[in-house]
Amino acid sequence: MSTGSAILSRGSRRRDRSPAGGVGSAAYRQRPGLGWLAPAAVLFAVFALLPIVVVAYLSLTEWNGLGAPHWAGLANWRTLLHDSEIPHGIRITVLLTVVSWLVQTPLALLLGVWSAGPQRHRAVLSAVFFLPLLLSLAAIALSWQALLDPNFGVPAALASALHVPAPNLLGDPHRALYVVVAVLAWQWVPFHTLIYQGAARQIPTQLYEAAALDGATRARQFVSVTLPQLRHTIVASSVLMIIGSLTYFETILLLTGGGPGDATEVLPLHMYRTGFVGFDMGYASALALLLVVVGAGLSVLIVRASGFARMDSDREGL
Amino acid sequence: MRGRARVPAAVALVLWLLVVAIPVYFIVVTSLRPADAYLSHGALPVPTDLSLDNYGRALRLGFSGFLRNSAIVTVATIALTLGAALPAAYAIVRNRSRLVRAGLSVFLFGLAIPAQAVIVPVYLIITRLKLYDSLTAIVLPTAAFSLPLAIVVLTSSLRDIPDELYQSMELDGAGNGRVFLRLVLPLSRPGLITVGIVSGLNAWNGILFPLVLTQSSRWRVLPLGLWNFQGQHGTDVPGLMAAVVLSALPMLALYLFGRRHLLRGLAAGFGR
Repeated sequence: MSTGSAILSRGSRRRDRSPAGGVGSAAYRQRPGLGWLAPAAVLFAVFALLPIVVVAYLSLTEWNGLGAPHWAGLANWRTLLHDSEIPHGIRITVLLTVVSWLVQTPLALLLGVWSAGPQRHRAVLSAVFFLPLLLSLAAIALSWQALLDPNFGVPAALASALHVPAPNLLGDPHRALYVVVAVLAWQWVPFHTLIYQGAARQIPTQLYEAAALDGATRARQFVSVTLPQLRHTIVASSVLMIIGSLTYFETILLLTGGGPGDATEVLPLHMYRTGFVGFDMGYASALALLLVVVGAGLSVLIVRASGFARMDSDREGL
Repeated sequence: MRGRARVPAAVALVLWLLVVAIPVYFIVVTSLRPADAYLSHGALPVPTDLSLDNYGRALRLGFSGFLRNSAIVTVATIALTLGAALPAAYAIVRNRSRLVRAGLSVFLFGLAIPAQAVIVPVYLIITRLKLYDSLTAIVLPTAAFSLPLAIVVLTSSLRDIPDELYQSMELDGAGNGRVFLRLVLPLSRPGLITVGIVSGLNAWNGILFPLVLTQSSRWRVLPLGLWNFQGQHGTDVPGLMAAVVLSALPMLALYLFGRRHLLRGLAAGFGR
């Protein structure tokens, strides 16, 4: 069973198996109880659930990060209604998530299926393709920033060879967001390629043999064998991508700092700067609650769009 | 038909190869280029004189300490995540009471909570617990936010253990602890590897929690070390690239040693 199906099959999970008749020993009835759940529950409650309650409270206060928060009523929420950065931030956040998914999923899918083949040159090339996995998020963001430097970076080297002025890719408000998309793809495609490679290797070869006997071309085989067989993996990888897209903000923080201007200022970055640069923790908390809503909305959207409910057995006919 | 499909595929592969290889080449070559040659010769030519000076500068700025901090944070996060998530997954799979099931849906809900949305209250809680500016301050929330995915993956791999195996152990009089150690732990290994990789990568890459929850250079982790280096020595790109290469070495070693486990684990966790 896959992650995707685990997330999605909540409705159709195997029904409770009550103890088989006649087996009534004490050990059997003593199922692992709440004690086994406790460490995870406590950790999660203190650092994920309690903070949501606290953030809701803080959104009603004025607090500079030191001392005690002061009650401020709905002041932060009134400010939020008039903050012009917010519609912009939401737009950029959603755009970045959607475009990144559209870029990364086909690339990773095709590369993963290709690299799953048994040929030796595929294994060698894949080893190169996986190189970005060795670099941390910060290493990638800072390296790309140096690489794209208009005076000393790669654009300068290429432009002087072609005798054209070097473009300032990160300094152009119309292009910066797409540069961010490209850097994120460079960072994340190898990881998802790895997932698809593993899954593609598990597709039974009989399916391809049967399709070939029916005269299916390779493109046709990809559409009618590979894609349906990888449904669960596509969902799992997409869920990881959406969850992961919330950390895109860290890449942006290091790569552009939200600029030029506010061209790449996603909502989380706006919140971070309000709280930890402007020390307006109360207002940052109101923004954070908004972020929880946007995040939850995004996941629901993905779950719906990916057609979780329609999924059935991928081994039919075998 | 086959022949015609091959040409565009080959072109696409070569393009992607260039996209991946040029930045890697840039990083490695720049890290070996003398600092003044970088400014005068440009970014791409093969360097004529190689030097390790950049590495020396990076190490003198404390990168071995940052490396140690990052390694501790990563290992501790993996241990805490697995140590908390596997027993929880065991309880969720084997105990069908309503309360335990409610626990599962809370963790599923947790998948949708973005860590940065709660960074302000996490900062408040960490300072109140007197943990501010320590490695523990980074580990606890990082592990907490790894739990939802960990529990989802582990419950799904535990569900694949046939009921008969539990029953035969229980008939032999084995308690929960024994079942956990002898059955659940060995059979959930692929899932554990998957979760270990994902939570480990989260901890290794994490910027937000270290940035907000620590302050002194003593507890600085690698990503912040790199960022700080760039902030203070902005024009020293060769030094920064040397630091980047240094920061990738532990991952390279892990990859070379654990490649097979990694592939098998990922296939098991995210496969079909």
